[in-house]
Amino acid sequence: MTMELLSANHAAALAATLAARANRTARGFGSGVYPITPQTECIELLCNQEIAKGHVVRVESEHSAMGVCMGFALAGARTFTASSSNGLAYMNENVFAAGFYRLPIVMMAVNRTLGPPWNIWVDHGDTLSLRDAGWIQFYCEDNQEVADTILAAYRLAEDKRVLLPAMVCQDAFILSHTMMMTDLPEQAVVDAFLPPLDLPHRVTGRPITVGGLDSPHETEAHRAQQERAMGAVFAAYGEVQVEFERAFGRKLADPIVGYRADDADVLIVSMGTIAATVRKVVDEARSKGIRAGSLRVRLFRPFPEAALRKALAGKKRIAVIDRNLSPGMGGIVWGEMRGLADAGSIIQDYIAGIGGGDVRQQHVQWILDDLLARSSAGAPKFVEVG
Amino acid sequence: MEARALEGLVQTKADRAEPILRCGNTNCGGCGMSIGLNLLSHAIASRPVQMVIPACCGIVTAGSYPYSAYGAPVVAATFASAAAFATGLAHAARLNGERTRVICWAGDGGTYDIGMATLSAAAERNEDILYICYDNEIYGNTGGQRSSATPLGAATSTTPLGKDVEKKDVVGIMAAHRIPYAATLSMAHLDDAMRKLRYAVDATGFRFLHMLSPCPTGWKSEPADGIELVRLAVRSGLYAIYEVFEGHRYQINVEPEMNEAALERYFAEQGRFRKGQIDMTRLRASVARQWSELRGRVAV
Repeated sequence: MTMELLSANHAAALAATLAARANRTARGFGSGVYPITPQTECIELLCNQEIAKGHVVRVESEHSAMGVCMGFALAGARTFTASSSNGLAYMNENVFAAGFYRLPIVMMAVNRTLGPPWNIWVDHGDTLSLRDAGWIQFYCEDNQEVADTILAAYRLAEDKRVLLPAMVCQDAFILSHTMMMTDLPEQAVVDAFLPPLDLPHRVTGRPITVGGLDSPHETEAHRAQQERAMGAVFAAYGEVQVEFERAFGRKLADPIVGYRADDADVLIVSMGTIAATVRKVVDEARSKGIRAGSLRVRLFRPFPEAALRKALAGKKRIAVIDRNLSPGMGGIVWGEMRGLADAGSIIQDYIAGIGGGDVRQQHVQWILDDLLARSSAGAPKFVEVG
Repeated sequence: MEARALEGLVQTKADRAEPILRCGNTNCGGCGMSIGLNLLSHAIASRPVQMVIPACCGIVTAGSYPYSAYGAPVVAATFASAAAFATGLAHAARLNGERTRVICWAGDGGTYDIGMATLSAAAERNEDILYICYDNEIYGNTGGQRSSATPLGAATSTTPLGKDVEKKDVVGIMAAHRIPYAATLSMAHLDDAMRKLRYAVDATGFRFLHMLSPCPTGWKSEPADGIELVRLAVRSGLYAIYEVFEGHRYQINVEPEMNEAALERYFAEQGRFRKGQIDMTRLRASVARQWSELRGRVAV
């Protein structure tokens, strides 16, 4: 293992390269890539890697990037691409198609605000808008987690009980362009961790039509299979965690990551890098006798409902920090979680860090103070503009 | 003609036993695309192929899961993505040392319109794909709306009085990518069509074939008249039959008679041209311009 100073974009590209090379004994590797800020450095580095039995196609749009990946994947190759923001929006149709074809494509998504008006900084609205696309979604907190999750995502996505594409998300600039010491494994270790991809429905010479017409009954049956595969992710991920630790000697984070959460009365829920700031506020609150805790949602699809319900049990006050907005609904994480808290608990939504606004300790402290002062939950609150 | 048919120019016993388009397909009677698939089937013979078909009548005809009317492996691609899917399949085949030929079979909507950027990019990269556009000059499976392949004067459900602009020169566009091979196919000129299909199936790099494909439903024409309509289009000079190597070496394969009677009959036989007034002066000028440009390119 070698420690390197890497941005999360480069860590992602190198992790994908390791996974790509690991499939050289099977059907190889393919990728369609297209640049978009702040993801571009990832595909640039990928284009500069030597990958035995691999090919990276420099396409003309995100829509085609995913189209090329689907062609490779349907032929049984391992695949990778990366995108962000409006690129993901442009790719949208083919993101859904990859989910419906049940292709274990891994995509690194740098979370960036959707435009117009144009803003290249982080929020989670781009990938959250793809939550119904039939992709596994991970939201990472640091560069190491990005690299590790990409390697783990291949093993999980290619598991025959699962066979779903996986999106590994990271915060624009805060991770994508920030260098951290990152531990990347040796190729031989990755080779041992990632079995060769064997896609059961790959296109061969058999005269079948993949992705053709479906009757209503068959469509429902296929959707039910998708739902079952999502349900299989939890057990499969647990096994991947064990195998990951055995192979690489470090832990792979859980679907939800608690910090001083077990005995907390007050819980602050977040996704991505905000959790690091929340932990600081939790420590300060604890020093003042407030039993606060942090909960980071790392796996958003499949939605870890059972784990969240357990984590929320007994919590009287819960703040959900949403770095996204579903206009007319509020924050998406809050929207999906609010039914999981105990009856009578206050679960309040805070929209923060939209468009890449800093979420500093004072913001989280303000959220905690607001939450503690409440007698009931209200409409989602915008932390900067009220 | 009888002897010629028995020689198996288009259908041999093997073609009939294992055609690419099998019985049970849902194509309308007289669909030019069915004839095109029979020609393709014969040209492919026993070669391994994988087909990519985007949204178009060509994928609807396969029927509903788990059945398929295709006698070859088919990927039903998203509408704009045929050339992108095919890119991945073709590279994967090459990486694995397989001789599989990847063939896109797309309508004019997926080619001239929504798939144009994807198609152009794959051609620019010179991907190892055979891309065949069966051009029925209309959005067929949505019930007949205009595309940028719809000809001047044709009525569609979205141009009820006839289209007021000319169709796009898609072969010219593809040739401008300097791809190894681009050609037009006439299903009324089988020797020429079969020669081109065979050449294109076996060539490498990006190959583009364009086939005028009668659509009795959309053209409001007799199903039995499809081949004759294509013959009229060729004789009148409306549909030029030529091929382009490497984007610059042009060859005219069928000399048109520039037959005025053929031109008039072509329009008279199709209900789609009866709704509006066709400006025959403008049309003749357009045909003349097409040929003078084409002959200019041949001369170079």
